[in-house]
Amino acid sequence: MRKCSLEKINEIFAAIAKNAALYLPVDRTDGSAAYKKWEEGTVWSNALNTVRSPKDFFFPQTEDLMRFKTKGKTVQLEDIRTEAEAFVVFGVRACDVKSFDILDRVFLTEPADSFYANRRNHGVIVSLACTRPVETCFCKTFGIDPSAPAGDISAWKTESDIFFEANTEKGKALLHTLSELTEECDDGAVAEQKAKINAVMEKLPLKDLSTKGFGGGKTAELFDAPEWDELSSACLGCGTCTFVCPTCQCYDIKDFNTGNGVIRFRCWDSCMYSDFTKMAHGNNRLTQKERFRQRFMHKLVYYPENNDGLFSCVGCGRCLAKCPISMNIVKVMKKIGGNKGE
Amino acid sequence: MQVNEYKPLIVAFCCNWCSYAGADLAGNNRLAYPADVKIIRVPCSCRVNPTFILRAFQRGADGVIICGCHPGDCHYTSGNYYTRRRMAALFSMLDFLGIEKERTRLEWVSAAEGAKFAATMNDFVQTVASLGENKRLEDLRCKK
Amino acid sequence: MQKITREQLIAKASELLSNGTVSQVLGWGKGEFDYDVTPTLFSSAEELENGFVFNDFCGANFSKYLVSKAAKADGKLLVFLKPCDTYSFNQLLTEHRFDREKVYAVGIPCEGMADISKVKAISGDGIASINADGDNLVVTTLYEDAPITIATKDVLAERCINCKSKKHVAYDELMGEEGEVLASNRFDEVARLEAMTADERFAFWQNELSRCIRCNACRDACPACTCEKCVFDNPNSGVENKSPANEFEEKLFHIIRAYHVAGRCTDCGECSRVCPQNIPLHLLNRKFIKDINEFYGEYQAGEEVDSRAPLVNYTTEDLEPGEVFDRGDNNA
Repeated sequence: MRKCSLEKINEIFAAIAKNAALYLPVDRTDGSAAYKKWEEGTVWSNALNTVRSPKDFFFPQTEDLMRFKTKGKTVQLEDIRTEAEAFVVFGVRACDVKSFDILDRVFLTEPADSFYANRRNHGVIVSLACTRPVETCFCKTFGIDPSAPAGDISAWKTESDIFFEANTEKGKALLHTLSELTEECDDGAVAEQKAKINAVMEKLPLKDLSTKGFGGGKTAELFDAPEWDELSSACLGCGTCTFVCPTCQCYDIKDFNTGNGVIRFRCWDSCMYSDFTKMAHGNNRLTQKERFRQRFMHKLVYYPENNDGLFSCVGCGRCLAKCPISMNIVKVMKKIGGNKGE
Repeated sequence: MQVNEYKPLIVAFCCNWCSYAGADLAGNNRLAYPADVKIIRVPCSCRVNPTFILRAFQRGADGVIICGCHPGDCHYTSGNYYTRRRMAALFSMLDFLGIEKERTRLEWVSAAEGAKFAATMNDFVQTVASLGENKRLEDLRCKK
Repeated sequence: MQKITREQLIAKASELLSNGTVSQVLGWGKGEFDYDVTPTLFSSAEELENGFVFNDFCGANFSKYLVSKAAKADGKLLVFLKPCDTYSFNQLLTEHRFDREKVYAVGIPCEGMADISKVKAISGDGIASINADGDNLVVTTLYEDAPITIATKDVLAERCINCKSKKHVAYDELMGEEGEVLASNRFDEVARLEAMTADERFAFWQNELSRCIRCNACRDACPACTCEKCVFDNPNSGVENKSPANEFEEKLFHIIRAYHVAGRCTDCGECSRVCPQNIPLHLLNRKFIKDINEFYGEYQAGEEVDSRAPLVNYTTEDLEPGEVFDRGDNNA
């Protein structure tokens, strides 16, 4: 484990930015935080979380896949893939780090998604332990420890210092480049910090939320639960929950006619939208109730069924904070499944 | 020596009954106006949906002008009165977003006003040319 | 604190349920915390007792739900309407979007609703509880030992600071005292932007709109947006796009969204309330309202049922689009 005084944090950032694009959360004028590329003078935000999750770095909202040009009867295909630039994402919370595992299983399972893999190979994640979890946090439900975030490098912040521990080869290489700015230390201060965080975790209102009653094999039991009607009743069908979610990974592939060619691109899609997975015969989910159910069944039943019991939610709380009508996965889990009446 | 002079692309929505005929008359009378004006014939000026205008800008237009019958002369009695209100609101909104207000215009050109049509187009092309390329409502994908 | 209490509302709803006037109640359902209420349908006094809340965070405008819920209700649907909601109610009636006979509207007074992000900015995050106490909110957090007292007027939502009316323009029954149409400063921010140079305005909107993630919440929450199939959801429209692929797409969506409700927008402010990226979308709508007022005379959408919206109306003496700017310069 290595440490560095917070006074020197900008030197650390400068050193990282010398070799790679560095992204970190910064405060915006509207009161929330967002990832931004670091440059001299950028101030690192203390915010617990960004509105948009860091999944954007590996799976951007819009991404061009290829271009076509037609000339007479020939179609010319242009491969626009390029090697991604090396980049570092700094200050990713434990929940968001976990979301990359969930996305990896989707995009890196053969046949792997080369766009995603390209970015994943060139990105280094420096995580950051939480210091002030809030009422909407429920990462513990999914077995995530906010005091011990994964990532290529884990970091802990105290009042005066920042501590780093490399977990992977990529992380070790990056930390090595910072060896002049950091010094070797024991993990006493970090252990203290962990204890502090865990004490706060005990105070969180959602600490007892459990996943019992959900998971693979529950489709028959939950699919026709009468509660879906009531739960989905107020849903507006907007895509806020899916677009702020770090684990939602559905996308649509579309063609854009530029007038002198075609750009084939993909963009995030939302199961809340009326034209989601629309096909030649029409839509397979005609009502908002069915679309709403799809989102939660996917996260809590279908995904774990196909992925060794891993749930496709990390408890980051973004949907709790942002849903226009305050309907969310916590309310769903408390209404159906094993938390009933709790 | 060849000079690459910037020529703006102008989209003109002309109503079938007056302005399009006015353009025709300009042609018959051999009145010159720049070839960079691309005319799109619409049944009535009120057929022009705001999306048409924005899409014209997206697809490379540097200026968009809508031409219809003079107020009171609409083939459909009142179509151009609606156009007048709609375009007043839309142009004002574009200006509110910081998009140069000179890039959009509404003009009344009757079937007898071939000369006015040519003059209007000449003036509009000049105005837009002095602004340069449309950068604030462009879609870079369409320029590749 | 709101002048009307949860208990009064429950009593009223229970009475109307038991005497058969209504079969269902559209109200605010209790959330996990003290501020995350969900619009909920109640059908018995017991359900109301267990789940109904009314506090300073009940901002959602229920009018739009009438389009889908009133048609489905067996009997009449009871809906509680704040003054601003009644304008949307009338506007939807004008557009024949729901059956008036299926709805029993109860007007309730509103003292303005709080914005949770403003509360958090003062109290710090990690909210444990929020309780109203007179003109204050008493907030306890996970991190502070002592409760924090915040004046409710300091954390009001933007739309409530600039409240346009405390008067109900539609109801079957009114609870509490009727208020008045207020002289608000709601166009000040629009005027401030108008006074800027075009470059400054462009930079302002570029910065705001670049945050858009195209979740469509502004559209989906809007009581004026009730098209069966939105042009932006229709793959055959040529403008359907699920993501803000570039700056043009952002502007296209937001201009057209605001334009489509111009003259019909009652300025209820739902668009800005629901925006996850805090884009001041209401300014686009207010610009249209301000322009319409100045060009064609004062008009408040929803003030009267069956009034003709300014953009589907005309006079032979209307000003020309070119004259708009000549006027504008004098104003600025």
